[in-house]
Amino acid sequence: MTVIEARALSKAFTVSVKKGRFRRERRQTAAVDGVDLRIDRGETVGYIGPNGAGKSTTLKMMTGVLMPSGGEVTVCGLVPVKQRIRLALRIGVVFGQRSQLWWDLPLRESFALLRHIYRVPTADHAARLLRCRAMLELDEFLDTPVRQLSLGQRMRGELTAALLHGPEVLFLDEPTIGLDVVSKQAVRAFLTELGAAGDTTVMLTTHDLADIERLCRRLVIIDHGRVVHDGTLEALHARYNSRRRVVVDLDEPPPAPLTLTGATLDATELDGRRLTFGLTTGTAADVVVQVARSAAVRDISVLEPDIEDVIAKLYKNT
Amino acid sequence: MGELRARLGGHLHLLRAQARSQMSYRVSFAIDLVSNVGATALDVLTVFVLYGVSSVIGGFRLGESLVMVGIAQCGFTLADLAVGNIERIRLYVRTGLMDAVLIRPLGPLGQLLAMDLPLRKLSRVLLAIVVLVVALAHAGIDWTPARVLLAIAAPIGGAVFFGAIFVGTASVAFWWIESGELGNAFTYGGRDFTSYPVTVFDGWFRSLFAYGLGFAFVAYQPTLALLGRPDPLGLPAWAGWAAPLVCLPVAFAAALIWRTGIRHYRSTGS
Repeated sequence: MTVIEARALSKAFTVSVKKGRFRRERRQTAAVDGVDLRIDRGETVGYIGPNGAGKSTTLKMMTGVLMPSGGEVTVCGLVPVKQRIRLALRIGVVFGQRSQLWWDLPLRESFALLRHIYRVPTADHAARLLRCRAMLELDEFLDTPVRQLSLGQRMRGELTAALLHGPEVLFLDEPTIGLDVVSKQAVRAFLTELGAAGDTTVMLTTHDLADIERLCRRLVIIDHGRVVHDGTLEALHARYNSRRRVVVDLDEPPPAPLTLTGATLDATELDGRRLTFGLTTGTAADVVVQVARSAAVRDISVLEPDIEDVIAKLYKNT
Repeated sequence: MGELRARLGGHLHLLRAQARSQMSYRVSFAIDLVSNVGATALDVLTVFVLYGVSSVIGGFRLGESLVMVGIAQCGFTLADLAVGNIERIRLYVRTGLMDAVLIRPLGPLGQLLAMDLPLRKLSRVLLAIVVLVVALAHAGIDWTPARVLLAIAAPIGGAVFFGAIFVGTASVAFWWIESGELGNAFTYGGRDFTSYPVTVFDGWFRSLFAYGLGFAFVAYQPTLALLGRPDPLGLPAWAGWAAPLVCLPVAFAAALIWRTGIRHYRSTGS
């Protein structure tokens, strides 16, 4: 079942550019430029792209904050801006840089307030809050006013706030931005479990590619307002020919240059005592076996393809 | 109906939360309460000073003028209490707080108003009511049931009128984020305009503010009907009785501008 559908979705902004002392030129820039997207129920989709690529703008059009200037979008079968209030009851939103909570009130009271605003039955609310409290470890700061929370604590509060009404779709705009490692892990573990349960659709933007690797089966990459990749992480690696690499440390440099089948020699370091091979058709074991025939192997390590490299390549190409 | 009640309930909870937040700063609240009386008291004193110079202004005596002041101040302070904070929309648009407002299942106007309940402005409303009651008692009005009704309807109509002006002018922020003090010309300017007999002004300025924008119908026309005086500018007597209704088309126009504005909202940054 399709939960989010965008067809040729666009948003253009008018910017005025200073030209000379008094003259200003008005120019149209397309923040989102014809995005087509279908997301099914239960999917966790990573929506990534460089700064200014149009990620947040897309999310804002899907949540009813911004009116699209072209194309169509439906979320849960509703048109976001037109049916904003009905949609709001069925989605949860976390904008990493904006708070949904009440600054001067303790977290506990913010949650109670949200129950009234979203008209959630008391029992459902209590059950969901209990689950979030356990998973996100909220108990130690539940009675602290939001203004005194650390960023990591606040973000855990924001996530809870977005989930208390049991939304069908969760939109997360940079949910891990600025968090320390422990908080990041807590948030990721929580989202992993949410994704595994399978009934909540999650769309998240992030600059942290570890989020993507941990959380998202599907990756949508956007640049200059257009979708440049839509598929799995593996498909992305295949497309950019990024390979696993094997690093072999030797006691002595090999007597003669090595040529292996199923792998290519990509780098030679430490006076020839460290060799890096890129796997083409062979396995890591093939490489080690072949190297061991001509030199004494001291250590080996296998490097997974680096998602950051691939994505950097992708941004440059577009 | 159930839907509407549920939404109103949501707004009420927001308001209560706001009141609780404010009470966490008790002393500053008390100071605000007192200092807020100042502005309104000064406006009323200005009228006394003017009449110290001349006993008749624009064809009206002090006692008659004070009825207008009372209606204008009641209308304005009530509107300011209820929706005056909409001026801060500029801040909300600029900081992106508007995003958070738009993703909640409640109307944005009600949320913004509930976000900052200016309880401190209550003191001004009370002062304005006192001024109006005292003025009405000393103006030598020939009281009939209809006039009692008008004396109550006029400040309420004025409140709706000023409220609409507040919302309408604040909506400009959706188009121009740095709309600055533009709205004040119509809100505070309008309040000062309505506090005096329209006969004081003339030319295009009077035509525009009094009749074009409708400020004459806030206090001036109802006061004529209360006093039983014919309009020196020639409008029929029923204009005074119908004046409180003028707020309705103004409110409608403001609602339209607001709705259009929300759709023009361009959220800033990420």
